[in-house]
Amino acid sequence: MTDSSRETIFTSLRAALPESSPLPDLPAVGPWQTFDDPFARFCEVLETVGGVCQRVPDIAEASRQLAELQAWQSAAVRISVVDGLGESTVDLEQINDPHELENVDFAILRGHFGVAENAAIWVTDDTLKHRVLYFIPQHISIVIPASQIVNNMHEAYDRISVSDHAFAGFISGPSKTADIEQSLVIGAHGARSLIVFAVDDL
Amino acid sequence: MPHPALAKEFTDNKERAQWHDKALWFVREKRDRMASSVPEWEDLRQHASAIKMHVMSQLPQYLEQFEQNAKALGVHVHWAVDGDEHNRIIDRILKQHNARRVVKSKSMLTEECHLNPFLEQNGYQVVDTDLGERIVQLRQEHPSHIVLPAIHIRKEEVGECFHEHLGTEKGASDPAYLTEAARQHLREQFCSADVGITGVNFAIAETGGFVICTNEGNADLGVSLPNVHIACMGIEKLLPRASDLAVFLRLLARSATGQPITTYSSHFHGPRPGSELHIILVDNGRSGILQSPEFRRSLNCIRCGACMNTCPVYRRSGGHSYQSTVPGPIGSILTPLRTPEEHSSLPFACSLCGSCTDVCPVKIDLHHQLLAMRGFLDRKKLLGMSKKLSMKFVSGLLSSTWMFTAAGRAARTALRWMPRFAVYNRLNGWGRQRELPEPPKTSFRQQYAAHQKEVTDTVAGGQHD
Repeated sequence: MTDSSRETIFTSLRAALPESSPLPDLPAVGPWQTFDDPFARFCEVLETVGGVCQRVPDIAEASRQLAELQAWQSAAVRISVVDGLGESTVDLEQINDPHELENVDFAILRGHFGVAENAAIWVTDDTLKHRVLYFIPQHISIVIPASQIVNNMHEAYDRISVSDHAFAGFISGPSKTADIEQSLVIGAHGARSLIVFAVDDL
Repeated sequence: MPHPALAKEFTDNKERAQWHDKALWFVREKRDRMASSVPEWEDLRQHASAIKMHVMSQLPQYLEQFEQNAKALGVHVHWAVDGDEHNRIIDRILKQHNARRVVKSKSMLTEECHLNPFLEQNGYQVVDTDLGERIVQLRQEHPSHIVLPAIHIRKEEVGECFHEHLGTEKGASDPAYLTEAARQHLREQFCSADVGITGVNFAIAETGGFVICTNEGNADLGVSLPNVHIACMGIEKLLPRASDLAVFLRLLARSATGQPITTYSSHFHGPRPGSELHIILVDNGRSGILQSPEFRRSLNCIRCGACMNTCPVYRRSGGHSYQSTVPGPIGSILTPLRTPEEHSSLPFACSLCGSCTDVCPVKIDLHHQLLAMRGFLDRKKLLGMSKKLSMKFVSGLLSSTWMFTAAGRAARTALRWMPRFAVYNRLNGWGRQRELPEPPKTSFRQQYAAHQKEVTDTVAGGQHD
């Protein structure tokens, strides 16, 4: 059934194709927007999308700041995949069914780099056994190296290989919606808050 | 029912129509601020348009490449000629897995294929997980906008709906409170679903993967828990290279809601370990549109909704007046192409102002196509007598100098002396909500001639001195 449908679609597509037109070249460095201080821009934009960025010299300082965080203090179920930052109450490696992660209150995750123009952070599933942890915890923190901020999305795609991961993505701020009368509400289905630790020594 | 009749129902509630207009204009303004903050915005639009034109010219090759790469990643690839076949494929997959409960994230394609009623008739439970879509689903309505499905509903009405279905407090209308209630309710659905169905924003030919963009995280939650993910995509969603995503992700959210990017831009390449990933490639009329030189550029659409937010007719008449999965300017092209008989009034719900063309991130020549669509419907003999006759009359009047001059003179005199009921009546639709301006004493031509004469006299006078 599907094979003949495939045939039908291709026959119809080939019946009258438009004239060939060239594919534009997209260099990583082109007419694209750059910033004098990409890190400052990243923090600024992150704030406008509801997130918080803390620049810290090392993981020890991140730990001190984490301990003061209200959301962390009140979190009963915690998971961290960053060595030395926060203690997990659940052993992620022992969990096979992602449904068991339904009640995670706070997760500390790793990101590879940030994008200055839109505060997006590139995350990949090789750093995390269950991808649902990007979405299901009540609050998340993402740890990135402070030096790794690119200007724009062109530079971002230039440094990644998207097909290396079954799941990868850009996350910009906590989950949000404005579906009721255009009123912005932070914390739709995913994380209610996002704190980014940009670590100098990582 | 034709668009004017449905639009009238909407505009009869003047206060609501004005509120709707303002809500959408607010989104349009946010889009403008975002667009102007990117210096290379026009370059991006140009690139996006060129990439899409290129893809369309080689769509069969790119589809083959995509299929091959997706299969190599372990994806089950299906092809559907139309909506019915798309629905049957989903039914088959659900049966294979003994699935009963489905969570679905926003997908205009599944709306187009009428998947929800099909699944419900076949005994499945399907829950829309985008907040706006859940609201319209509980109210047994359809989305009125492709990005903001519940833009036509007041918060008090959402409150009533949630009180009835989710047990929120009676009379509560605070968006934060209502969103929290929906969060709790939908978490239960996510955690108990057997299968997650999503749309696709962009598919990548060179890798066999695809990208889904959401702000709420509902698509991701919906596919990260169950063991089966079905992604439904129109065959026009392809991009050649991963690097093309940079252009489109920069344009999409800025154009749609005035955000720098959506919260989540998730890239899927093959199934999660231990689970299944299906992709259904749907034609449903697209290959036919590709054959039409007049209308093929409408396939460039990335469903951002910017043309709706800016459209003076859409903002004032509401999405439901189009009776079409995709309303607004782009819908007034796509839908009559598919069902011209039922939707022949749509391209006339347009003043040809061209604002949609100005904001379209992929540079679809929307207002030109809307004009061409009127000709298309005329060739199909689908224009009503009143339209045909009035067009013929006006065309005759405007092509004869003396008739035009005489008509102008007659109108200038008549409008001054005729009693009010003779001017403001059923025949004058324009005057229903507006006052006509005071008719001038002389025509533009007369004023122009007089002005020219004055200028000549002054210059001549100056020379004498």
